[in-house]
Amino acid sequence: MSDLSRRKVIITGLAATAGALGLGAAARIAQRYGLVPPDHGGIYGLGETLTYASQRLLTRHSLAREFSRSQISKPPFANEIPPLSEEFKRLQAGGFADWRLSINGMVARPASFSLAQLKSYPSHSQITMLQCEEGWSYIAEWIGVPLSQVLQAVAVHPQAKYVVYFSIDPDWWESIDMADALHPQTFLTYGMNGDELPVGNGGPLRLRVSRQIGYKSVKYITQLTVTDSLKRFGKGLGSAAPEGGYAWYAGI
Amino acid sequence: MPEECATWYHSRVGDSACIPSAASAVPTTTVTSRHSALVRVTHWITAVCFLALLVSGAEIVASHPRFYWGETGNDLTPTLFKLPIPASRALVPTGYGYVLPDQNGWSRYLHFQSAWVVVLTGLLYIISGLFTGHFRNSLLPLRADLSWRAFSRAIASRLRFERSSESEVWSYNLLQRLTYLIVIFVLFPLVIWTGLAMSPAFVSAVPAAVNVLGGQQSARTLHFFVSLALVLFLLVHILMVWLAGFRSRMRAMITGRVAAPMERT
Repeated sequence: MSDLSRRKVIITGLAATAGALGLGAAARIAQRYGLVPPDHGGIYGLGETLTYASQRLLTRHSLAREFSRSQISKPPFANEIPPLSEEFKRLQAGGFADWRLSINGMVARPASFSLAQLKSYPSHSQITMLQCEEGWSYIAEWIGVPLSQVLQAVAVHPQAKYVVYFSIDPDWWESIDMADALHPQTFLTYGMNGDELPVGNGGPLRLRVSRQIGYKSVKYITQLTVTDSLKRFGKGLGSAAPEGGYAWYAGI
Repeated sequence: MPEECATWYHSRVGDSACIPSAASAVPTTTVTSRHSALVRVTHWITAVCFLALLVSGAEIVASHPRFYWGETGNDLTPTLFKLPIPASRALVPTGYGYVLPDQNGWSRYLHFQSAWVVVLTGLLYIISGLFTGHFRNSLLPLRADLSWRAFSRAIASRLRFERSSESEVWSYNLLQRLTYLIVIFVLFPLVIWTGLAMSPAFVSAVPAAVNVLGGQQSARTLHFFVSLALVLFLLVHILMVWLAGFRSRMRAMITGRVAAPMERT
C-alpha cells in the first residue's frame, strides 16, 4: 500500500467516524428540541425528519400568505366528503345547537364548548389558501376563533407538546405541535366567505391549520386532547394520516 | 503495478482537460482515471434519486392531471392545459370512466426523501467541485471554443453524426460542457425552487419564492415543465452515452477508468 492510499484510507475512516458521531449528536439535539416527527421510523424517516426539523426551524413564527378579498376563489370549491353519520345528521337537523367541542388532556380546566360559546370569543378572519396534496387549491376567507385563545381559556400545562384533534368521523383524527397549535392563523373555524361554514367545507367546525396541506385541516371537530406524547394515540404515529400512508407533517 | 502508477499520476494531475497528452507521456499505461471518485459517487446517487423523483412525481400528478396559472386552480376553474390521462379521483373530470388507485402517500414520502438526498448530494458536488477546480477544468468551455463559429461548428458536426474525436474520451466537448452547466446551474436550481414554492410552510417564511413565480399553481406548472426538461436531458444523455460506446462510458463512470489511447488503437 503506497503512502497516498494509506493516507486516503485514514482520512476516509476519520471522515466516516466524524460523520457517524455528528449524525448521532444531531439526532439527540433534534429529539431534545422537538424536531423529530412522530412518524420518523421506517425507510422514509430520514426525509420526514429533515423536512419537519428544517421547516420547524424556518417557520416557527412565520405567517401563511394572506390574500385580498378579490382573490377569493369563485365559485367556492368544496372537496368530496365521506358519507355523514346518523349522529351528524341528527345534529345538523337541530341546527348544530347541540354540537360540542370538548377539550381535555393536559389542561387545568377541561371544558366542553358549544358553537355559541366559541362564537362569543372575538371573531377573527383570514383569507388564506387551502391546497390539497393532490395539486388543486382554493382561496377562502376563514372565520373563527384562534385555537390559542381557547387553549388559554382551558389553561394548557407548560409540558404540553401536541394537540390531538378528532372529527365526528372516528376514522379522522390529526395532531399538531404547539408551534402550530398556538400559531395565530390556526383557527377553530365556523364561518367562510362572510357566512356560516358550509358542511361541504367542514361546517359546523373545522380546525384550520393554514401552513400545512389541506388534510391537516380536519372537518367536523368534536374533541381536542392536549398531550406531551403521541404514543398512546392510535398506532403512535401521531395521527390517522401516517396510518393510511401519508406524512404526519404536511407543511410541504 | 502500472495501474496504481497511473492512478497516482492522475490523482496528482486532477481531472483536467490536459490528461490526454499527459497519458501519452506514460507509454506503459493501460488504463487511467477519467472521473474522480466523488464525481462518480454523486453521479449515481443523483441518477437513483432522479428516477425516484420521476416515478413519484408522475404518481402525484396522476391524482390531478390538470395545470393552471396563477395562485389557485381546482375542478371548477379553467385550466392552462390537461394531461390526457385518467386521475386517481372520481371528482376530477378527465373524460375517463374509471379512476387510478391513489398512490399519493408513498409517492410524497419518496419524493421528498429523494429530494433531500439529491439536494445534499448536489451541495457536496458543488462545494467539492469549486475546491478541486472540477467546474473550471472539466465544465467551463475552453477559451478557444468561446465563439459563435466554434459553437455552430460543434452543432454542425453533431448534426452530421461525426464520430467523436479521441480527445472526447478524456474531456467534454463544447456542447457537453454547456449542457452540463445548464443542467447543474439552471435546471436543478429551478426545479428545487419551484418545488419549494409549492410548500405552504416554506412560502410562509419566504413568500417571495412563490410571489415572483406568479402564484402557487404557476409554481406547480413550472415545476412540471422544468422536470420535463430534465427528462429530455436524461434521454439525450443516455442516447449519447450509447452512441459514444455504452460499455466504455459506463466503465468510466463506474470504475473511473478508460482504456488509454495507445491501447485502444
